[in-house]
Amino acid sequence: MGLTNGSTGRNAVDSGLFIKKSTPDEKVIAVAGNPNVGKSTVFNNLTGLKQHTGNWPGKTVTNAQGYCRYRDTTYVLVDIPGTYSLMAHSAEEEVARNFICFGEPDAVIVVCDATCLERNFNLVLQTIEITDQVVVCVNLMDEAKKKNIRIDLDVLSAKLGVPVVGTTARKKKSLDKLILSVYDLLHSNEEKTPVKIQYIKPIEDAVAIIEPVIRKKPDININARWLSLKLLDYDETLITALNAYLGYDICADHDIQEGLALAQQVLSDNGMVKEALRDSMVACLVLSAENLCIDAVHFDKINYNAKDRKIDRILTSKWTGFPIMIALLMGVFWLTITGANFPSRILSDGLFWMEDRFTDAFHFFNAPDWLHGMFVLGLYRVLAWVVSVMLPPMAIFFPLFTLLEDVGYLPRVAFNLDKYFKRCCASGKQVLTMCMGFGCNAAGIIGCRIIDSPRERLLAIITNNFVPCNGRFPTLISILTMFFVGAAAGPAGPVLSTLLLTGLIVLGVFMTFIVSNMLSHTILKGIPSSFTLELPPYRKPQIGKVIVRSLFDRTLFVLGRAVMVAAPAGLIIWIMANITIGDFTLLSHCSNFLDPFARWLGMDGVILFAFILGFPANEIVVPIIIMAYMASGSIMELDSLWDLKQLLVDHGWTWITAISTMLFSLMHWPCSTTCLTIKKETQSLKWTAVSIIVPTIMGMLACFAFATITRVLI
Amino acid sequence: MNHIHTLKDMKQGQTAKVKSLLSTGSIRRRLQDIGLIEGTEVECLQKSPTGDPTAYLIRGAVIALRSEDSSNILVFP
Repeated sequence: MGLTNGSTGRNAVDSGLFIKKSTPDEKVIAVAGNPNVGKSTVFNNLTGLKQHTGNWPGKTVTNAQGYCRYRDTTYVLVDIPGTYSLMAHSAEEEVARNFICFGEPDAVIVVCDATCLERNFNLVLQTIEITDQVVVCVNLMDEAKKKNIRIDLDVLSAKLGVPVVGTTARKKKSLDKLILSVYDLLHSNEEKTPVKIQYIKPIEDAVAIIEPVIRKKPDININARWLSLKLLDYDETLITALNAYLGYDICADHDIQEGLALAQQVLSDNGMVKEALRDSMVACLVLSAENLCIDAVHFDKINYNAKDRKIDRILTSKWTGFPIMIALLMGVFWLTITGANFPSRILSDGLFWMEDRFTDAFHFFNAPDWLHGMFVLGLYRVLAWVVSVMLPPMAIFFPLFTLLEDVGYLPRVAFNLDKYFKRCCASGKQVLTMCMGFGCNAAGIIGCRIIDSPRERLLAIITNNFVPCNGRFPTLISILTMFFVGAAAGPAGPVLSTLLLTGLIVLGVFMTFIVSNMLSHTILKGIPSSFTLELPPYRKPQIGKVIVRSLFDRTLFVLGRAVMVAAPAGLIIWIMANITIGDFTLLSHCSNFLDPFARWLGMDGVILFAFILGFPANEIVVPIIIMAYMASGSIMELDSLWDLKQLLVDHGWTWITAISTMLFSLMHWPCSTTCLTIKKETQSLKWTAVSIIVPTIMGMLACFAFATITRVLI
Repeated sequence: MNHIHTLKDMKQGQTAKVKSLLSTGSIRRRLQDIGLIEGTEVECLQKSPTGDPTAYLIRGAVIALRSEDSSNILVFP
C-alpha cells in the first residue's frame, strides 16, 4: 500500500522520466535492483523521503525521485521499479531499462539481496553492459549474516571491476559507505575496467562486425557493444525507444543496415537465430553470474533458509493455509473495531463539546443564525464527524496491515489464492493489487503494473474497486458499529461486527472473482498467462517504525485529505439544505427525485444523493447523509455518536437500510481520483467507462436483490 | 528410476536439473531471467493449499509456478 503524500491521490499519477534538477551541477543517480531487495529503503534513507516500502515484489512501480547532499554535490536519486532483467518483458522493466539507457543518469546504484546474490547478479551484469558508472550495493547483509552466508565484497569488486558496497539499509549508517562510493566514482578519472561478459563465438563474431559501425556514429552515445547485442537480438521495444530518443529510425541507417545484415549472416550460419540467440545470450549472463558468486559467496549452513520453509509450511499448507488467512483477516478487523470503539467515543465527546463552545461563542457575539448554521452546524459538525469516526479505525488498521505486509505475508496470500484467479483466467498477483486497494484504490490501480499480461492487468484494474479503500472502510465500520454493536451491546457486539465486516470483504473478493470470470469470457477473452511469483524471505518488521510511519504518513495524511474534501462539502450541503425553491429545499428536490429509484435498492434518496456527492471522496458519504437528515428535520443536539444512530432510525433506517448502504458502498463507481488514475493507466476512455459501469451495476444488482428478498421474507 | 520428466512431476523435497524449456515467448524469457537455464538445479518445496501453484527453490529464491508452466520445463534427476 503505497500510501504517502506522494503515492496516493493525484500525485500517484506517474511523472515519467522527467527529472527535476534545480542546478545543472546536480548528479542524477538511478537506484535499480531486483524486486523486493530494499531498494526503496536505500532510497528513503539516502533522501530522507518516505516512499513506502513493503516486503513483496513490485512495491515500487513508479519512478520516485529525491535529493541527497553529500560533500559538495547534490544528487538527484531516482527510485526505478524493481526488475529481474533489463530485457523489458513488462511495462515496469521497460521503464527501468529506458531510464538507465536514455535517462542519462550519471551513475547507477544496483541494489542486490545478499541472501540471493547469484540471481541478482543477472541484473548487475546487464547494467554493467550498458554503463560502467555502476556501484553495486549488496543490501540485507544482516539477513545474510543471520543465515550464515558469507560474502567477500572485495572479491566481488575485483571480479566485477566496479565498486561493491555491503549495506543494511534499515540501519542508516551503513549507507555512508554507499554514497561515498558514488562520490568517488563520479570524482575519479581513473580508467574503468568493468567485467565484460563473454558470449559464445558466433555472437562475439557478429558483435565484432556491427560494433565498429555503431562507434562511428557520433550521435549515438550509448554503449556500442551493448547496442550491437540488442540490435542483433532485435529487441523491438528497445529499438522503438531508441528511435524516439535519437529522433530517427536507426534500422533505416544505411551503414547499420549493411553491418547488421552481415552480422546476422554470421549468426544464422551458426544456427543462432531468434530464440536460440536469445537463449544463449541469457545463458551466458546467468553462467557469468554463477561464476562470479562461486568464489565470493559462501554458505556456511546448508539449510540456511530452513526457518522460512517451516513458516511457509504452516502459512501455506493444505490444512492450515486458509484458516490462518481468514483468522488473520478477522483478527485485524476485530482489533480495529474493538480498539476503535473507545477512542471514537472520547473523540466525539470532545469534538461535540467543542461544538457547543463554538455555539456559545457565536451567540455571545450575536452572530446571525445563518453564519452559525453554515460554519458550526455545517462545516464543523461534518469535520468533527469525519475525525471522530475515521481516525481511530485507521490508526489501528493501518499499522496492523503494514505489519503483515512488512513481514512478507501478502505474497503467501497470493500463493494460496492463485488457483481461483487462474480459474477466472486472471493473475494471482491481483491479490497484491487488491491489498493496495485497501489503502487507496488509485494506488491499487497503479500497482496493477506488476501484472505483465495487459488483459489480466485490465481485469485487476476494473475489479480493484471491490476492495473498500480507506475512504469507505470507516463508513462500513461506523455503520456496523451503530447498527450491530450498539444493538447487541456487550462482548458479542464486536464479534458480530467482525464477522459482518469479514463477510463484506469476502463478498468483495467473491465479486472480484465473479466479475473477473465474466469479463474473461466476454469483453476480455483470453487464457491465463504464465505466472511467476516470488515468495520473499520473511523479515522481522520494525514495529516501532511501522507504527510511527503508518500513523503519520498514512492516517494523518488520509484524514487530512478527508477533511479537505469534507469541509467544503459540509458548506455546500448546508447551503443546499437552506435554499428553498417552491415548497422544498434544493436538497430535498434532489433527494426526492432519486428517492423512488433508491427505494428499490433498499436505500433512500438522501443516501443515493450522498453517494453521488461523495464522488470526489468516499469519506464524506455518511457525513452528507447526516447533514441532509439534520437539515430536513428540526435541528437537534447530537452529543455523541450514539445519537447519530437515533437520527438515522428516525429517518427510516433499519438494518436492511444499513446493509444496503454498506453493499452499495462496497460496490459503486470509483471516486474521482481513481477514475482519473484508471484513465491514465489504461489510456482508454472505454476501459475507464467499463471500470465505472461494472461495479455500479453489480452494486445495484446486489442491493436490489437484497432489498427485494428481505421485503418478501419480512 | 523415478519418473520425473518435468518440473510438474516433482514431489515435495525432490531436486532435479533443468534439461530444457518448452515454453516460448515471454514466459520463456521470464524463466530465464530468474535463472532457469539448462543445468540449473531446482528443488520442489511445496504446493499451495489448493494444489496449484507450486513453490520451487531456484538459485536461492523461492518462486511459485503454475502447473501449466512447470509442465513445460523438462528436467532430469
